[in-house]
Amino acid sequence: MAPSAPSITSTMSARATTPRPSSYRCKSEKRGMIYNIMLVGQSGLGRRTFLNTLCEREVIPSAEAPNPDTANVADPMKFDTYEVNLEEDGTRISLSVIDAAGFGDGLDNTSCFKQLQDYIEAQFDEVLVEESRIKRNRRYRDHRLHALIYFIAPTGHSLRELDIELIRRLGEYVNIIPAIGRADSLTVEELQTFKQNVMRDIDFYKLPIYNFCWDESDSEALKENRDIMDFLPFSVVTCDEVLDNEYGLVRVRRYPWGTIEIDDESQCDFVLLRYILLNSHIADLINYTEEVLYENYRTKKLEVGGFAEGEGDDEDAEDDDDDDNVPQSARKPE
Amino acid sequence: MSAPEVQDYVGFDTITQQMERKFLKRGFNLNVILVGESGMGKSTLVNSIFSTHLVDSQGRRTAQEVIRKTTEISPVTQTLEENGVRVRLTIIDTPGFGDQCNNEGCWVPVIKYIKDQHAAYLARELKPFRDRIINDTRVHACLYFLNPGSRGLRPLDVEVLKRLTEVTNVIPVIAKSDSMTTDERTLFKRRVKEEMAFHRISVYPYACDDDVDEDRALNASIRDLIPFAVVGSEETIDVDGTVVRGRRHGWGVINIFDEAHCDFVHLRNFMLRTHLSDLIEVTAQRHYEQFRTSQLRQIKELRDQQSAAAAAGAVPPGAVVAQQQPPSAPLPHQPMAQA
Repeated sequence: MAPSAPSITSTMSARATTPRPSSYRCKSEKRGMIYNIMLVGQSGLGRRTFLNTLCEREVIPSAEAPNPDTANVADPMKFDTYEVNLEEDGTRISLSVIDAAGFGDGLDNTSCFKQLQDYIEAQFDEVLVEESRIKRNRRYRDHRLHALIYFIAPTGHSLRELDIELIRRLGEYVNIIPAIGRADSLTVEELQTFKQNVMRDIDFYKLPIYNFCWDESDSEALKENRDIMDFLPFSVVTCDEVLDNEYGLVRVRRYPWGTIEIDDESQCDFVLLRYILLNSHIADLINYTEEVLYENYRTKKLEVGGFAEGEGDDEDAEDDDDDDNVPQSARKPE
Repeated sequence: MSAPEVQDYVGFDTITQQMERKFLKRGFNLNVILVGESGMGKSTLVNSIFSTHLVDSQGRRTAQEVIRKTTEISPVTQTLEENGVRVRLTIIDTPGFGDQCNNEGCWVPVIKYIKDQHAAYLARELKPFRDRIINDTRVHACLYFLNPGSRGLRPLDVEVLKRLTEVTNVIPVIAKSDSMTTDERTLFKRRVKEEMAFHRISVYPYACDDDVDEDRALNASIRDLIPFAVVGSEETIDVDGTVVRGRRHGWGVINIFDEAHCDFVHLRNFMLRTHLSDLIEVTAQRHYEQFRTSQLRQIKELRDQQSAAAAAGAVPPGAVVAQQQPPSAPLPHQPMAQA
């Protein structure tokens, strides 16, 4: 086990019983908190199985065997959305997971980044338009991405060009949480080294991953968040089968030389990541998206579009219709 | 069809010992190229197969190292000796292959290197005064590393394998197969074989070479195993008193020599203990011959064109044929002196 791994579990569960003051929790009790996350990574890194393990049920059925004749053609990128209703510690979550299939699988992957960026911006644009309507839709569902889990291949070396480019390009639009897919191919020492190398790369290239410590007002939370960041990137192993042993149902992955338990925190960070995503940091992630990422995007968009400050907020303003026709050139150039 | 029995002992059966003695004196060359993305376990595997630290991993480990933009070719030569038999082993690593966002054409330096070695051999063969023994730098085997976890071959794999199998003996392997369960491995192997059959990618050993019955059975069992799901390790671990070569995870220890854990033993036996001389022979008889035939045909066509042009135009017929050499200039092969 990692020598200096801080023990998070006890403090986490203590926190869970004292919900953080947030108006979201109260409102969402009835409706279900709107929460959108995206999974990005090359195929074979366990994205889909991760979702199934996260939701504790088969959300995405295992893919059919592809025809041999499609092996030489990469599937174009598509965004498959899966809606799941969860209940975590009494909080209802209306979770929408977008699986970005096809990322990085082709020969030339340079167009993948623009497609992702366009998708994320489109969700922001929808909200921008909706906000400025004269008559707003009460049942409007917010599709802005609150988190993007990026699956890194367990090479044992450092980040690859694909990884660096993705984080660099999308970090300003969405909270990126890096994870190591198929982390069971690394031994404990290799995993430690790999995590260190990845974080060094992130510092060196100044890659904008989600900063857990963005809210410096709560000093207690700040310390915990710093401890969490020691685990980055989170090592993920996903469940194959569920065994019934003397302790009850155990989620495992079975090898000829041993069996790894997914929920054992000394073996992988799955439980920690799940807790962060669906429990402790859900409000933080949503708040950061709405208060910072979306606001930055909005400011940029409106500035380029030529609107003066304050006009977009006025419901009666005449130029609200212009929001629908923001010219393409207003988008950030590639 | 029985040969007539020899009456007295003549002694020509000692030719095998004579050949062995010559062979021991001369030693032989073995050139293996490793093709795969960084982080697939190439260096560890080849070091495990030969039980020697031959190559260092070329993966980027520090943030300051620059990310490679193209595929580099880095050959490393060492002489190994076992029971008096010497092998000049050259391992050619290909750092940068498949590591960029845009991998179009990343195979070009690899194919070029392999063809250049054929070209260099041909050039030396065609010399009026040629060496008694030509230093063989031709690539005898290519270990192609597949990505564990993918559902089968990826587009990059299909493109590269199609081209590689035309110029050298390709042995597909999954080097970090310790992240695949047994079922996943079986499924993956089956899919890869289906896809290779569909795209007409023929890997070594080739079906047409099965002449003897025992060869056929052995080759069939090899073909069943392809791609080899192996685990490489340069470390030894103590497991309850026994020392094994393997990897220690938090949930178990992998012994790379255990056949239930991975195909390492099969791969090593195949490459070194049963098919080693065949790999070298097939390179010379199949791949080199194909290259040679196409090159000489090109030279002949060029000569014909020029004599036709000479007959028609003012160019003197004895003009030096510009292309004595094959179109791609042979890369001078610089073996690195190793201790």
